[in-house]
Amino acid sequence: MADLSINFCGIKSPNPFWLASAPPTDKAYNVVRAFEAGWGGVVWKTLGEDPAAVNVSSRYSAHYGKNREVLGFNNIELITDRSLEINLREITQVKKDWPDRAIIVSLMLPCEEKLWADILPLVEATGADGIELNFGCPHGMPERGMGAAVGQVPEYVEMVTRWCKTHSKLPVIVKLTPNITDVRAPARAAKNGGADAVSLINTINSITHLDLDRMVAYPVVGNASTHGGYCGSAVKPIALNMVAEIARDPATKGLPISGIGGIGNWRDAAEFIALGCGSVQVCTAAMLHGFRIVEEMKDGLSRWMDEKGYKNISEFSGKAVPNTTDWKYLDMNYQVIAQINQDDCIKCGRCYVACEDTSHQSIAQLIDAAGVRTYEVIKEECVGCNLCEITCPVQGCITMVPQQTGKPYMNWTQDPRNPRAEAVAAAIPAAPELVQG
Amino acid sequence: MMIESLKYMPQPTQSNTALAEHFTDLAPALTARQAAIESSRCLYCYDAPCTRICPSEIDVASFIRNIHDENINGAAAGILKQNILGGSCARVCPTEILCEDACVRNHDAEGQPVKIGLLQRYAIDNMTIQGHPFQRAPSTGKKIAVVGAGPAGLSCAHRLAMLGNDVVVFEAKEKSGGLNEYGIAKYKLTDDFAQKEVDFLLGIGGIEIRHGQTLGGNLQLKDLHAQYDAVFLGLGLGASRQLGLTGEDAPGLLAAVDYIAALRQADDLSTLPLPARAIVIGAGNTAIDMAVQIQRLGAEEVTLVYRRGFEAMSATEHEQHIAKENQVRMRTWAQPQQVLLDDAGRVRGMRFEKTAIVNGRLAGTGESFDIAADAIFKAIGQSLDDSGISDPLASMLKREGDKIHVDAQFRTVLPGIYAGGDCVAPGQDLTVQAVQHGKLAAHAIHQDIQSKLEAA
Repeated sequence: MADLSINFCGIKSPNPFWLASAPPTDKAYNVVRAFEAGWGGVVWKTLGEDPAAVNVSSRYSAHYGKNREVLGFNNIELITDRSLEINLREITQVKKDWPDRAIIVSLMLPCEEKLWADILPLVEATGADGIELNFGCPHGMPERGMGAAVGQVPEYVEMVTRWCKTHSKLPVIVKLTPNITDVRAPARAAKNGGADAVSLINTINSITHLDLDRMVAYPVVGNASTHGGYCGSAVKPIALNMVAEIARDPATKGLPISGIGGIGNWRDAAEFIALGCGSVQVCTAAMLHGFRIVEEMKDGLSRWMDEKGYKNISEFSGKAVPNTTDWKYLDMNYQVIAQINQDDCIKCGRCYVACEDTSHQSIAQLIDAAGVRTYEVIKEECVGCNLCEITCPVQGCITMVPQQTGKPYMNWTQDPRNPRAEAVAAAIPAAPELVQG
Repeated sequence: MMIESLKYMPQPTQSNTALAEHFTDLAPALTARQAAIESSRCLYCYDAPCTRICPSEIDVASFIRNIHDENINGAAAGILKQNILGGSCARVCPTEILCEDACVRNHDAEGQPVKIGLLQRYAIDNMTIQGHPFQRAPSTGKKIAVVGAGPAGLSCAHRLAMLGNDVVVFEAKEKSGGLNEYGIAKYKLTDDFAQKEVDFLLGIGGIEIRHGQTLGGNLQLKDLHAQYDAVFLGLGLGASRQLGLTGEDAPGLLAAVDYIAALRQADDLSTLPLPARAIVIGAGNTAIDMAVQIQRLGAEEVTLVYRRGFEAMSATEHEQHIAKENQVRMRTWAQPQQVLLDDAGRVRGMRFEKTAIVNGRLAGTGESFDIAADAIFKAIGQSLDDSGISDPLASMLKREGDKIHVDAQFRTVLPGIYAGGDCVAPGQDLTVQAVQHGKLAAHAIHQDIQSKLEAA
């Protein structure tokens, strides 16, 4: 059996699955249930200065898929609405009862060093394993100069991180906001400030949908709404990219990353880890299904690792990073062509209309005397865009087949069709070495 | 009604209320949640096979997408635009050999077609369109006679009215609707749906229905031809085929369609004559409808007899399954040989001869057996009622087999006279096809009249 335990910037946990700082980690009752269910750690819902925040009703909304499955989730909740004293007392007790699990305390305070200097010893006294700086909350708190309002200014990120490193011995994880043009800037700032790790992504500014009768967005509070933070499965692609950006940035290379954003099963987790994460944090999936999902996540990840021969998490952590590169290093001579398995084809015509209307007119619709439709790829026209494979409802019916071009690897910096090829090649380092999975 | 000949028989032992329970929806309507789930299964195919096979050319993928997007009125309007009787077709169409057979999810790997019929019904039953969904074009000043208020005639009348024409529908029976009112198994078209649908259809305006008007009786084709700008014949198939045996007129032997009509019209099911043992002869959907309904009324033993094997039955597998579920005995490879009568001259059973395929043809084997029965119901097909088309003008209609010949525009050989539905060749004798005939004929009639005007 694969060893799922991790040591993430000095924080040990029996598995890489942590609950993110959010409603599921608001109080001891929930956290104890999570540990009973098998979670490796939790990031306790963000503590702030007293008096505690006050929340509104209602608070959540969702973006639904075709059959009411929740694709994306939106919330306008603030940080903890319980007193600092109660939270600290509960954290102390839970850590005492569950010494093998990781407890990281999320913090959010105004940008005044004294406030941080005062709270950090109290947190340390609980026995918590580390702190996470909430520089990401995109709703409510930024209006008060906290959360994303800090995370969007790299100088503030660096400053507050440094305060924390000055006033505490605990590992400091800086949680980044995705509501920024280039996530590498705050990540570099965190590193410069002495951060032990970054975690990302926090939620994305969002409005999920509207009540068109009342002309108001969800979640409705009285007769109005406000933007919330978007999370859940829909944000996973955005999160993966941001994780990869930081993982492959020479300035932050090697900085531990705790991956967050739409992780709902073992495969999602494996993907984040492969792009450089050392731990993963989950919230929405647990909020939708309960803490029990960690059981399948651990089982799936462990079996997959056994199958692949990975003995522990670090053996494949970051393994996809070298294969994530700039567009200019992609092989211009690589060519795939769609192939339709006629035995599997159910003749829905979706590939045809997609290609015909919106792409390269590379699929022919053939109608025989009996009216039977056959869809065939016109190889000469196919550019290998994947659209037909994506739109096909039958998994595996359309495959993208690599062609033997007989041509060597050639990227855009080397391509004679690039009018600036020589200049580009001279200005940038050679293509990184790709790693085979 | 021929059913008078069964008057001497006992009546069902159950009360009307109890019996009515056996005739509720065979396929219950979808709930909103079920419709949401089912509509999400549609793959929104391009050049969709369900639409290609639909005799009335309903854009299935489009109306299902509208259901899923909670645009029920849009879904209903899309259906009704092609098929104004979309509500009854949703209930009576043999979807298992049409759209649901063609559905790509009926592929071997899945075998679970989208429930298109039930979704269509959901859209029609739940629409909230205020008033009639379609408006009439400016009046053409033309008046067209439609003979027969069945699906073909009603569909034709509606489309003609929509195109701006006035229509008078002549119907022999007391009620409109044709087979929807008189011929469909009660559990397939429940309540008073057929009449509600007719009322809805007439909501477009410009259509007058006159009942008690029988072609060849108090109605002559030559008069209609003279008085109206065009005539559409939606006569249906009024005559039941005969067995050609002695004793065919004996009390206890009658056409299945006559009993089904009486059953559908009965205010009190417990007053119907009920044979303890019944034989149904035939293998079409009417035979199945007859057998199942008499069984549900309380008959002790119902035997359906067919001269060929199951695979040759015109009743679909789905229909055969319904019969089996209702404890109908099915006996294949036997043909009627003799009506067995008791001393009073009433039916007491039937002698059958076993059959087999000999040299590629169906033949009796010479071996016979008897089945005791109190009633025999013939369901061996319907044909054109000749008495309706025997007046001097009607008799000039060209025939094709035992049906009326029409061209691709549903024109008969007589100028200004059109025909459609079950009475024309070729056809599958489906409600949905009759609706399509009526619709296309209406366009042909309208266009022929308009182009004549332009030429003048």
